[in-house]
Amino acid sequence: MTGWALSLFRREISLAVRVGGSAMVGVLFFLAVVTVIPFGVGPDLNLLARIGPAVLWIGALLATLLGLDRLFQADREDGALDLFLMSGRSLELLVLIKCLAHWMATGLPLVIAAPVLAIFLNLEPVAIGAVTLTLLVGTPALTLIGAVGASLTVSLRRGGLLLAVLVIPLAIPVLIFGVSSADAAIHDPVPFMTPFLILCALTLITAVIGPLASAAALRFSSD
Amino acid sequence: MTGANGVGKSSLLRTLAGLVPLKEGGISLEGGEDDRTAFEHSHYFGHQDAVKPALTVLENLTFWQAFTAPISADVFPTEIHKPADALEFLGIGHTARLPAAYLSAGQKRRLSLARLLVSSRPIWLMDEPTSALDRHSEAQLLGLMNAHLDRGGMIVTATHTDLPLNSIRTLHLEAPQDVRIVGELA
Repeated sequence: MTGWALSLFRREISLAVRVGGSAMVGVLFFLAVVTVIPFGVGPDLNLLARIGPAVLWIGALLATLLGLDRLFQADREDGALDLFLMSGRSLELLVLIKCLAHWMATGLPLVIAAPVLAIFLNLEPVAIGAVTLTLLVGTPALTLIGAVGASLTVSLRRGGLLLAVLVIPLAIPVLIFGVSSADAAIHDPVPFMTPFLILCALTLITAVIGPLASAAALRFSSD
Repeated sequence: MTGANGVGKSSLLRTLAGLVPLKEGGISLEGGEDDRTAFEHSHYFGHQDAVKPALTVLENLTFWQAFTAPISADVFPTEIHKPADALEFLGIGHTARLPAAYLSAGQKRRLSLARLLVSSRPIWLMDEPTSALDRHSEAQLLGLMNAHLDRGGMIVTATHTDLPLNSIRTLHLEAPQDVRIVGELA
């Protein structure tokens, strides 16, 4: 079973980093969102440090949504999705591998860029570490939730907008616990581990529910 | 399978491929692998080529070979080509290292056809297989189809032209009469 999974993973990574892939677009969008905020709220360094974790998380959420609409649509348009459905491979596992590859290509660069962008927002070193760690744990959940939206909107020509509307409400718990654990690391009396462990749990839950729901939606979309 | 445009040839093929849910009845296969459905015994060669322009020709084909679960040789013994050999055989071996974006429509079609040669499945579901192929490739395709039939494989194909295959049973689809009457009344 590892053979096909590995070749699917390799294919997805190649598609993401080559011409027309979405790997770098997400990071550039993340950069644009985060740099625009200080212009909007003004040069108050204390304020920026306070809202910094939230800005980074919202930026990561929007950047993740940006590339998700092509996750299954590209395969549907060229007929590859039909062959996926007939291949005799587990569709749930296929979705999980596609999500993993998508996260490696678009989510991981966001996590790596986050410490650099955090400096723009006047975050302390502890806060920078905390935000980066929560993004590392939390962005896979965003991708996995987004995959459900991507498979529901796979047959729609302009599904990207509907995808965002569907996915953002479901991503709110991840956002809440991501930002609150980053905040907890800065403000001492609140324990960091409590919201952080809930964030980890959310990612694990979406890793189970996301592929199941997404595969079910893809099966219905095929006719 | 013959019939007028829009009569449902492609829909029937897609139903056999498990891509359209059945309203009633069932599809079963005799003599196949027990734990696999009928469509997991089938190759689907439709109008879409499932070719990724950003990958090279060889990468495209190697992926489909690794990804498609083959049927075991006990059930259906057949010759399985290596991806590079299949490309060479179909006359696009020289394009193996090029991104598939540079291929012409007919070459993409041949790359898609190569998929059927690199992993073994006894049933070929083909939707107008000769479209976009030149005369030489068409003859080659018919040779491949005949070889597949001779090995004991099965081909279900929708077509508008007569295909000179070794053993043919024709299913002619027609729209039900009452549909036409309703149409005239409207």
